[in-house]
Amino acid sequence: MLLITCPYCGARPESEFRCGGEAHIARPPQPGNVDDTAWADYLFYRTNPKGVHAERWLHAHGCQRWFNMLRDTASDQVIGIYAMGESRPGRPKT
Amino acid sequence: MHRFSLRTLLAEALIGHEGWERQWRSPEPKSTYDAVIVGGGGHGLATAYYLAKEHGLTEIAVLEKGWIGGGNTGRNTTIIRSNYLYEESAAIYEHAVRLWEGLSRELNYNVMFSQRGVMMLAHNVHDVQSLKRHVYANRLNGIDNEWLSAEQAKAFCPPLNISPHMRYPVIGASLQRRGGVARHDAVAWGYARGADAMGVHIIQNCEVLGFMRGPDGAVTGVETSKGPIQTQRVGVVAAGHTSVIMARAGLRMPLESFPLQALVSEPVKPVFPCVVMSNTIHAYISQSDRGELVIGAGTDQYVSYSQQGGMHIATHTLEAICELFPQFSRLRMLRNWGGIVDVTPDRSPIIGLTPIPGLYVNCGWGTGGFKATPGSGHVFAHTIAKGEPHPINAPFALDRFRTGRLIDEAAAAAVAH
Repeated sequence: MLLITCPYCGARPESEFRCGGEAHIARPPQPGNVDDTAWADYLFYRTNPKGVHAERWLHAHGCQRWFNMLRDTASDQVIGIYAMGESRPGRPKT
Repeated sequence: MHRFSLRTLLAEALIGHEGWERQWRSPEPKSTYDAVIVGGGGHGLATAYYLAKEHGLTEIAVLEKGWIGGGNTGRNTTIIRSNYLYEESAAIYEHAVRLWEGLSRELNYNVMFSQRGVMMLAHNVHDVQSLKRHVYANRLNGIDNEWLSAEQAKAFCPPLNISPHMRYPVIGASLQRRGGVARHDAVAWGYARGADAMGVHIIQNCEVLGFMRGPDGAVTGVETSKGPIQTQRVGVVAAGHTSVIMARAGLRMPLESFPLQALVSEPVKPVFPCVVMSNTIHAYISQSDRGELVIGAGTDQYVSYSQQGGMHIATHTLEAICELFPQFSRLRMLRNWGGIVDVTPDRSPIIGLTPIPGLYVNCGWGTGGFKATPGSGHVFAHTIAKGEPHPINAPFALDRFRTGRLIDEAAAAAVAH
């Protein structure tokens, strides 16, 4: 079980949280204007890296707030936590 | 190949079993092959076997990063069934079950396929509706599946607790009598031995590091930890690591990889006659021929390649097992492990072509790939040999995520995601 530090509540066990999958996937602003390939990429395609992964978490059985987390998927080590809306640390805002 | 039979067994007994040959060779890779299979699990080895047997390709290499059958083939709970909902799924899983039924004879290798029945429990009205829908859909597709009352379920599986005082009482079950289990390692070894006998090179400890491409973008070879290999056809069958391999070809995949756990108890005398699964309280259990109870747990909620899941996931399953079978509550668990499963958005596999000519993929089996091993290898071999999918795997194209023609088997894939 992961030990996750909620930026609002502090360190809590993983069972209080819900993983919301890969972070920074932007919905196309005009869905009608994108082709099927781009829409499929938005809906279904994921980076799924073996290494550092940016993902969203919800403190479901706590403050019920969302935040982003960087975690190494090879070791499950949590690398960093940052707020929703912030760009991924070390990367320019897209 | 030294065929196994009573006669060869007796002959070997007379000479102290000194004459058995290795079941497959360990060759150094050649510089060129007609086809390269990336991944030496059951699906990859079956693919090579059927490529050699049915399509006449013998210059084939199976490249395995670790040892054959050491990934999910050696980590699953060995359950085999074909009671999936949709016609497309019914066709491919039933194709596999029919191959399972003749596999030991086909491979001259005892895969210990035992059709002891797979029972899926219903605990609430929704389960009853969902399982009955599967029963009717299966029967329309010519697949055996039947509905049992709680009492009938207990008659089929006497250890089952059907007390109305359980937190989630058993109120019925569906039963596929042709379902069962097989010896997972023997499947990998049997296919490896059969493929090797037809000239396939099984190369272990050889990781694919990259892909070579021609001016038209087509695959011309693979870079490996044992040097470059030229080939026009590459079949990627890398299970949980498919996204990692495909990223080396510059492709993103509609996959996420999760740890899936299983555990076995200490061995006991035969106490459990069939396979029992419960989607709702999440438990599945059978007994191996060694006497261990084989128990499947769920996936973790996050992407991971760590091959170990959270202890609370296994605990949750054991709580459900102890509720359904209180007599097992004092059994000690011997081993607990994880495998990395690649899950697609619609819980159905991807078997077919990719946007890169010459590169084929067989992945996305998620939590239930073992049961499909022979069928998956059979149709994937056809796909690689012909350059186009077999009618059975045509609906499982990668392109379905663009066209929207999904095959939603979230209810039939027993593990809760």
